[in-house]
Amino acid sequence: MTETDVKVVYKRPLGFTDRTTHYCPGCTHGVAHRLIAEVLEEMGELKNTIGVAPVGCAVFAYNYFNFDFVEAAHGRAPAMATGIKRTLPTKTVFTYQGDGDLASMGMGEIIAAAARGEQITVIFINNTNYGMTGGQMAPTTLPGQKTSSSPLGRDVETQGYPIRTAELLATLDGAAYVARRTLHDVRGIRLAKRAIRTAFEVQKQGLGFSMVELLSICPTNWGMNTENSRNWLAEHMLPYYPVGDYKVSTAVSEMKIGGN
Amino acid sequence: MALELIKGNIAIAEAAMRAGLISYFGYPITPQTELLEHLSARMPELGRAFVQAESELGAINMVYGAACTGLRTMTSSSSPGVSLMQEGLSYISGTELPVVIVDVVRGGPGLGNIAPSQADYTQLVHGGGHGEYHLIVLAPASVQEAVDLTGMAFDIAEKYRMVVCLLLDGSLGQMMEPVELPEFKPVRTTPPAWAVGSPDSKERVVMTSINIDPPTQERFNVKMMTRWQEVEKNEVRYKGYYLEDAEYVVVGFGTAGRIALSAVRAAREQGLKIGLLRPISLSPFPTKAVDELADRVKGFLVVEMSNGQMLDDITSIVARRVPVEFYGRMGGMVPYPDEIASAINDLVQGEHDVDVDARGKWLAKMRELVGTGE
Ligand SMILES: Cc1ncc(C[n+]2csc(CCOP(=O)(O)OP(=O)(O)O)c2C)c(N)n1
Ligand code: SF4
Ligand SMILES: [Mg+2]
Repeated sequence: MTETDVKVVYKRPLGFTDRTTHYCPGCTHGVAHRLIAEVLEEMGELKNTIGVAPVGCAVFAYNYFNFDFVEAAHGRAPAMATGIKRTLPTKTVFTYQGDGDLASMGMGEIIAAAARGEQITVIFINNTNYGMTGGQMAPTTLPGQKTSSSPLGRDVETQGYPIRTAELLATLDGAAYVARRTLHDVRGIRLAKRAIRTAFEVQKQGLGFSMVELLSICPTNWGMNTENSRNWLAEHMLPYYPVGDYKVSTAVSEMKIGGN
Repeated sequence: MALELIKGNIAIAEAAMRAGLISYFGYPITPQTELLEHLSARMPELGRAFVQAESELGAINMVYGAACTGLRTMTSSSSPGVSLMQEGLSYISGTELPVVIVDVVRGGPGLGNIAPSQADYTQLVHGGGHGEYHLIVLAPASVQEAVDLTGMAFDIAEKYRMVVCLLLDGSLGQMMEPVELPEFKPVRTTPPAWAVGSPDSKERVVMTSINIDPPTQERFNVKMMTRWQEVEKNEVRYKGYYLEDAEYVVVGFGTAGRIALSAVRAAREQGLKIGLLRPISLSPFPTKAVDELADRVKGFLVVEMSNGQMLDDITSIVARRVPVEFYGRMGGMVPYPDEIASAINDLVQGEHDVDVDARGKWLAKMRELVGTGE
């Protein structure tokens, strides 16, 4: 093989800084970050993007992406993104939020942003618990699932039922594209990337609100190694939170995606 | 330019647009709503952003995002809504962003009512959100003054990268008065180099209120407090009336100050040497002016449409040199000039006890006057 035949097939995306992330080993936050960085790079949007970080394990996301970023108050990222997007409508604006942030603290803000058809993209990490604060029950915690604040397992009689966010937001006319994907295996990750690309294209073409929910693992708070976490996700989360496209508006279904 | 008869809320909205407001985010609440309604028509007309948010939490966080672009943004509300905004005000302050907010204060606590009040003094002047930060708080006493302060608020907010709040009671928001509106200023639409989305920044921009490392947070707070010292040096505003030869001074801001002025004028006609100090900047407070007066007058009367929130500040500045008396109405009630006139008489003829429990004395009087409803 001559030198010119050497082909780089895997490299650090241009959208990343050279900081090492603080995420636990095996955590899929890093995978989600990478997919976003790759998509924005492929779309040529890196210089035109403003990210909104959540309060949760991804609170320092702005240390890892190398474009403009703001850090929201807990749950308020969609409102903050609205303020930015309305002021600078030609920018690509996205929020990155966990399930406690988006579906508990910020349920009002996310529903309102989706209903307004806000031209923003939301990447939503569903790991069935509050990772950052030590694994408490989240709105997404499954029935019977043990967490540090539901030590006997989530009792639906007193603690209610999990929220299926993608299905919920899909009912809103302002939402143009709402999908759920999983990060627990390679095929899932590939499909997740395609959905993230679609979501950002929807925004670029001004078709409305877009959100991709990503089923994720939290090995640390689940108390499992990475492999068992992935299996647990497949076995327990996938049946409750089926992957799929929950909302594809007519305009989105007719949308042409450049590149890939 | 000709004078126009305009309602306070609408005059502020118009003044903000003329000052170059690019985006507005708000939520309806009486007695502020006309401000939002006016902008809902006018902002889109001029191609600027208007969003009726889902809540005041939504509104202040939209303002937070918009302010990260460094372009002129504002929100307005009334007391219950401003309580909800306290979270955002702390974050915005911790991110050093220029924002203008308007609080058209109403009677409380709780849902209270929609009548004029000044009882948001403490939550705005002494903080309502968590952590160490200051807002600049300006209190107009007429619609014209509200218009003038609105334009200035944006300039000051940008100069110090701080939140500037206009505090006015509900009557000023609702009142119509002849005003001269300023000319339209050129609008800035490109973010400055320090903001996100700017074509001029050399490196990428991150806006955050986190300083996870305590020494860094402490250094940041030292910087913010040093900036506040600058604000205290440069931005104190008040108006004095008949202070030169005054033996007794009434202190009141906004509408209470305006009503007190009638009472002071009446007292002057009776030959009493009474003056009025009307703070315009409640934060930074005209501490020096009060301090100097305390060295030469025989006593103060603080007049507020609250339970004496500014009273505590005056008492601490005067520091028992001369007596400080208090007269206030609460819960959406507005004092009449003769109530203040009678409080002035009590002060002049009183015992001149520097240890007077002004609030206790006033409250005993209030129990007799209005009762406790029990
Ligand atoms: C107003 C407020 N309440 C509570 C917290 C504490 N807090 C920080 S992160 C978090 C939960 C985050 O969980 P999630 O959004 O699921 O993100 P994850 O860490 O799982 O990615 C909470 C409750 C806070 N920072 N602010
Ligand atoms: S606590 Fe959970 S979500 Fe947070 S970094 Fe660790 S594994 Fe990831
Ligand atoms: Mg979570």
